[in-house]
Amino acid sequence: MANPLPPGFEALEPYLDWALASEPERYAKRLASTMEELQSLYDAGMPLLEDIMAYLEKLPLDDLPEDATHLLHIGYSLINVAFPIEAWKQPQVPDSGASTFDCIEAPKV
Amino acid sequence: MSLVSKPAPGSWTEHATLDTDLVAFEDSISPEHYELEREAIFRRTWLNVGRVEQLPRVGSYYTKELDVLRTSILVVRDRTNEVHVFHNMCRHRGNKLVWQEHPGDEVSGACRQFVCKYHGWRYGLEGSLDFVQQESEFFDLDKSKFGLVPIRCEVWAGFIFVNFDPEEPIPLRQYLGSFADRLDDYPFHELTAVYRYRADIHANWKLYIDAFAEFYHAPVLHAGQYEDDEARMLQGIGYEGLHYEIEGPHGMQSSWGGMAPPKDPMMVKPIERILRSGNFGPWDRPDIKGLSSPPEGLNPARHPAWGTDSFVLFPNFMILIWAPGWYITYHYWPTAYNRHTFIGACYFVPPMNARERMRQELAAVTFKEFALQDCNTLEATQTMLESRAAAEFPICDQELMIRHLHRTATEYVDAQRKGRKPPHASASGRLSMLGAR
Repeated sequence: MANPLPPGFEALEPYLDWALASEPERYAKRLASTMEELQSLYDAGMPLLEDIMAYLEKLPLDDLPEDATHLLHIGYSLINVAFPIEAWKQPQVPDSGASTFDCIEAPKV
Repeated sequence: MSLVSKPAPGSWTEHATLDTDLVAFEDSISPEHYELEREAIFRRTWLNVGRVEQLPRVGSYYTKELDVLRTSILVVRDRTNEVHVFHNMCRHRGNKLVWQEHPGDEVSGACRQFVCKYHGWRYGLEGSLDFVQQESEFFDLDKSKFGLVPIRCEVWAGFIFVNFDPEEPIPLRQYLGSFADRLDDYPFHELTAVYRYRADIHANWKLYIDAFAEFYHAPVLHAGQYEDDEARMLQGIGYEGLHYEIEGPHGMQSSWGGMAPPKDPMMVKPIERILRSGNFGPWDRPDIKGLSSPPEGLNPARHPAWGTDSFVLFPNFMILIWAPGWYITYHYWPTAYNRHTFIGACYFVPPMNARERMRQELAAVTFKEFALQDCNTLEATQTMLESRAAAEFPICDQELMIRHLHRTATEYVDAQRKGRKPPHASASGRLSMLGAR
């Protein structure tokens, strides 16, 4: 079986369940996670964030191989969990109560 | 101390010839008032229902539910690339023409003709009734009289507008006034990477416009989005708009936005530093005319720290142009006096690579985090206004667009009540309004 992530990013393999293609999936997983789980992804991903972009930007965005696609999606998840870690100190936006704000359209990749 | 100098006679509000009285929000909590608004405002003004990019080729279509006008519309690109809008209704017995699974859900796609699910009547992209099942069973049926019911439609800068006024309305361009001139050179057609969000908001439609029409709240409500020192500093300074303007029923404000890129990278969160993006968008401007530097019509104060121009286009449409080369639209579609569907969308130049894409992702995610804070505040506002514990409220100079919006909406309803034409619905109406200043 092919490696799920490009070489050099093995440290992110425990976080493959964050390789989610859509914002609603990523946001739902964030809300369903504990702060410890979010912190764990954040701590593993943030030191690699610049490397992730440097690796992916050399590839054609509309024709990424599967391993690179996983990496990109983990990158999106990292962006999504950065708010709970860096700003809110909780998975949900503070004072957002029962409000929802659903992503109904986003670029294909 | 003021950082921005205000025009004579000393406030933006008075400069715009608005009063400075307390403002009542009865127009946002009265079911009767809302019923009047449906006819007086939404049936009498130009409503934006999307952009031409949503119709990428001949035969592309989408439907839109307009609860406020008790209809569903069908927007379509015909064989000559012209945009048409129709009531989404089969002329045989009134079945909803285009829908899938759930009649209330909006759909989009592409086709060569529209076929009714019920009895197979077919319509061309131009709305003509082309085929009737067992036509000979009907009595003198003249197909040319049973095309789809058209709705007046005009396109400006790629934005598709409709107008349901049974009388001849003021042309769209004239309705938008000088604000259309200012945005004419903005390359909207280049920003086709779209992130769209929908929220069901338990508040009157105008109250959410209020939330986005002033930034007086930003240093307080959104303090948690900044690093601590930065948040304290911002709250200490408060907020002052660079420029405000009223144009007929519409309004605009120009605002600072010096954080893209920030003077000191330590002011912003680590994710923003690494990605070079954030609340104000990706820090590096696209190399496209009209984005690398703003077109002439924007940043009217010519301020070096200019960040955004935000336009409230009456009744329910906002455009925010951001200095770093992207824009946002907001739509507020009422579903009841105390409820509406909010649609917010961020538009970027299609990314060249994953780095640019991830920067846009951060800007879009940040937009959602902010908006979620705003919408819960609103539900609380609606319920407390409905308590009627107080009837009138002080509105500050930085909130003049709120004052103007509620005044304008009330003017439309009053005109309807008195059987008069709405204040900005005809060319003569608008001229007289300008002449009054």
